[in-house]
Amino acid sequence: MAPDSWYVGLSAVLFSIGVVGVIVRRDPLVIFMSIELMLNAANLAFVAFGHRLGSDDGQAIVFFVMAVAAAEVAVGLAIIVAIFRLRRRLSVDDLSTMRG
Amino acid sequence: MGVVAFVVIAGIAVGSALGLVAKRNPIHAALFLVVNLGAVAVLYLTLGAQFLAVAQVAVYAGAIMVLFLFAIFVLIPGKEETGPDPRRSYRIVALPVGAALLALLAAVVVVGTRGAGSPAPAPDGVESIARLLFTDYLFPFEVTSVLLLAAMVGVMLLARRREG
Repeated sequence: MAPDSWYVGLSAVLFSIGVVGVIVRRDPLVIFMSIELMLNAANLAFVAFGHRLGSDDGQAIVFFVMAVAAAEVAVGLAIIVAIFRLRRRLSVDDLSTMRG
Repeated sequence: MGVVAFVVIAGIAVGSALGLVAKRNPIHAALFLVVNLGAVAVLYLTLGAQFLAVAQVAVYAGAIMVLFLFAIFVLIPGKEETGPDPRRSYRIVALPVGAALLALLAAVVVVGTRGAGSPAPAPDGVESIARLLFTDYLFPFEVTSVLLLAAMVGVMLLARRREG
């Protein structure tokens, strides 16, 4: 069994890759996927901490993170679709105003 | 044995994450994300979190990724990121920023786990997390259902076609 700190280290690596993805990419969909990657990395850290402490609280928190992530993806994709209907282009660099 | 399994699965997870960031086609990125979520689900299993592993596959790799693929099909038929980058100077700093963040997090992990004792005995899986969700976390659990309902109504409002 690998030590718990390895899991936390892997979580750090995945989170950093997600941050780079958010900065580098122009497609809002891929930026969204990078955010999911970061949420997932945080979840992995929660489960590893819970395993270390011998407690299930970490897993309960991950359950709530999953539910919030599902709601977030649904709303975010709806917003992206709505923006695409108005603009016909999909690049975050074009979206510099709050007005439709 | 466990260490070898961890290294292999962690390699798959990191590789698919890099593929997500590096590939230009959003569909490839979505499929890489599925691989990554699956690898993390296996890591949950190795940590004794069977319930979360199943939930990860069902909710993330199932529902959320299908949503992503639908959005990709609706939005961009095969379109990729092309052309010159209008914000190139900003994006060049992405790698140094990511490397600095990774160094910081790695330092936190190394310092934070130094001298850690042996892990506590593992709790007994699905039953104990169910007990936890319906006792200590009952209120957040119910709030989650309200959140999902609100998200559903909001998405319907956002996604409907405006008449006239």
